[in-house]
Amino acid sequence: MDFLQSIDWMLLLRCFIVGGIICIIGQILIDKTKLTSARILVIFVTTGVVLGGIGIYKYVIDFAGCGATVPLLGFGANLAKGAITEVQNSGLLGAFIGGVKASAGGITAAIFFGYIASLIAKPKIKKQ
Amino acid sequence: MKKIETKQEYQEYVDKKSPNSPILKNCFNAFWVGGLICTIGQIIFDFCEYKGFDETTCSTIVSIVLIGIAAMLTGLNIFNKIGKFAGAGSLVPITGFANSIVSPAIEYKSEGYVMGVGGKMFTVAGPVLVFGISASVLVGIIATFLV
Repeated sequence: MDFLQSIDWMLLLRCFIVGGIICIIGQILIDKTKLTSARILVIFVTTGVVLGGIGIYKYVIDFAGCGATVPLLGFGANLAKGAITEVQNSGLLGAFIGGVKASAGGITAAIFFGYIASLIAKPKIKKQ
Repeated sequence: MKKIETKQEYQEYVDKKSPNSPILKNCFNAFWVGGLICTIGQIIFDFCEYKGFDETTCSTIVSIVLIGIAAMLTGLNIFNKIGKFAGAGSLVPITGFANSIVSPAIEYKSEGYVMGVGGKMFTVAGPVLVFGISASVLVGIIATFLV
């Protein structure tokens, strides 16, 4: 198959390792601090925005592909990248448009699939 | 068994029951599950690129597909089990964000579709979006002055 031949196996390996390391950082935060998972998600996304904003994160993405974009750091970096790109196109207004525009697909998918799942799935009954 | 009444007693009980937090094992599980989720994303990305989509579109497709899978697994109650095993391995990738939306949506279904599903959906994802988007606006404003 042409597709299998087009896969960059070294990139897959780098993706696996970098993605894994980012998750280890999260795991250490869970085990060593008493942060709730909501706070950890917020920390990751905000850190991603900062790293994306100062332009470091794009080197991680170049190196590891989805190993960098799939973790929430990448979600944050994408927000920042979107804001910066849109500012270049339409000035200050772009700061308010760009972030959400760039990550609209993910946010909308989560809301839509969440709603569909809630229609289909039954809530688990909590044992008291 | 002694009855647990205060929060502190509960904490002591928990500490007693889980004496040595197996942090190395947790990190190992988080590493390979998290890495695997990213690798699945990369394979989807490569496939989209192979089909001739541009990079931004590919990233968006990866996010949507992974979120869709995570939503489905959450609905089937499989994601919980993966989460217990992998910890941050399934929380930190975009699947964790999806799970944080889908899980309360299902949980609070009994409170109605508007305030239950619609409202509680954002218990965890709300703060993520508030801080993420606000930070991106700040980045955009700073960028305006630098461009």
